[in-house]
Amino acid sequence: MRHPAILAAGVAVFGTIVAADVVAPSSVVFGDYGAVEMSLSGQPGDPVSGLAVMETKGSGNCVACHQISTSEAAFQGNVGPPLDGVGGRWSTEELRGIVANAKMVFPDSVMPSFYRVDGYTRPGDAFTGKAAAGELDPLLTAQQIEDVVAYLATLTD
Amino acid sequence: MTNRIFKSGLGLLGVLAMSGAAAAQDAEARLVLNEETPMVTVADAPEHMADTGIRTIYSGWAFRTGTTQELQADDFINPAFLAVDEAIVAWDEVDGTAGESCANCHGDVEESMAGVRAVYPRWNEEAGELRTLAAQINNCRTEQMGAEPYKYDGSEMTAMEALISVQSRGMPVNVAIDGPVADIWEQGREMYYTRFGQLELSCANCHEQNYGNYIRADHLSQGQINGFPTYRLKQNALIQTQNRFRGCIRDTRAETYAVGSPEFDALELYVASRGNGLSVEGPAVRP
Ligand code: HEC
Ligand code: HEC
Repeated sequence: MRHPAILAAGVAVFGTIVAADVVAPSSVVFGDYGAVEMSLSGQPGDPVSGLAVMETKGSGNCVACHQISTSEAAFQGNVGPPLDGVGGRWSTEELRGIVANAKMVFPDSVMPSFYRVDGYTRPGDAFTGKAAAGELDPLLTAQQIEDVVAYLATLTD
Repeated sequence: MTNRIFKSGLGLLGVLAMSGAAAAQDAEARLVLNEETPMVTVADAPEHMADTGIRTIYSGWAFRTGTTQELQADDFINPAFLAVDEAIVAWDEVDGTAGESCANCHGDVEESMAGVRAVYPRWNEEAGELRTLAAQINNCRTEQMGAEPYKYDGSEMTAMEALISVQSRGMPVNVAIDGPVADIWEQGREMYYTRFGQLELSCANCHEQNYGNYIRADHLSQGQINGFPTYRLKQNALIQTQNRFRGCIRDTRAETYAVGSPEFDALELYVASRGNGLSVEGPAVRP
């Protein structure tokens, strides 16, 4: 488990890097079991922002499908398993792979791929019902993925 | 009248969730209209669903709670009946260049329209096409009456659909899936399992694998259409079947299809057939 102090130090050190190397969605390298070794943003994640992404409708909205005891979000769904303890069950690299593209870990999962931009059937322009205009953005940015992964890693019990 | 759907497990894998749901729905749920007409809200799945893993089909009513369920049980408080009353007026009204009304051709709505809702969408032999109830209503308007078609999912259409549905309430949905519609039905089935949009979710992902589960605040039903058009309290309006399809596809971050399109007609035929055996309930009430 990452200690908050180490995490803060990480932010202090890497926070000064101006143009971090963001890995594009099409360039993410998944290991044999779907894990992703490298930070997608080149920056450490911030668990507080990560929780906000997970609770917010129109953002990650992970609580639509998952329950998290430590979250106060109303109406947490149960389409997916509860995320309590998930940081103990999976390594940071595995969690990054699951959030970036759950289908690499759980084939045919109903969980959306949050860091992918192609291979979709009739992709829309967000929730307008209209066809997507031009290239898609991933559902979450590289930094948001890192933030979410950082929060998940804190869920050790 | 209280009823809750209890669903065991927290939705592990889809397959587990599915069998859990089938075993755990509350079969004691009873909808009796106006204290006299019992509705079949739980039934054995039709034969064509044998390979879906679903053995029991449930009306959307069974997944709703308290007041919403009660509003549907009594026509005096079911808010959809304001629209039904408007459609009774429209039924008798001459409209269009031919000087005709619905009543001129069909007479008493209670007699002529009994059983109609239960078998739609259906094949029209003469025209050689599949017609939804809305398409048939508009065909009467344009071809028989010389009138303007209603907007496919507009309030005049949903009112007329509601009036026609009322005449079949309590009768089992009995949509034909073979013969001339077999290919269209197959197309609809394929759509039902297509994972649309950037969220890559199919109708089956939500309504077959996860009914009984919650997706945020929404208690997922089997997505049956035997209660359509449905009165949505949130929108204060009757919602047309294909309008609901459009909303569900839009929610997957996909480009939807148009209401009245051949694709949605095929999907409607397929979804309707998954309800064969449930009672026609329209106009139902939803939160
Ligand atoms: C539409 C439903 C849905 C959404 C939205 C969703 N998930 Fe999932 N998730 C699942 C399901 C179902 C599983 C179980 C794996 C499978 O599909 O077989 C899962 C599994 C997981 C796991 C592994 C859990 C374990 O105990 O092994 C993690 C971690 C996870 N999700 C995180 C997230 C995060 C973070 C988000 C949002 C950014 C999210 N999920 C959004 C449905 C969803
Ligand atoms: C992301 C999840 C999701 C997907 C995918 C989805 N739906 Fe739905 N659907 C819902 C929710 C939530 C509701 C409202 C609660 C309920 O009745 O299940 C709903 C309601 C419905 C209803 C109304 C049921 C009633 O009793 O009022 C129908 C019909 C329906 N869906 C059909 C479909 C069809 C057809 C598809 C595929 C084209 C589809 N849905 C895809 C989530 C979904």
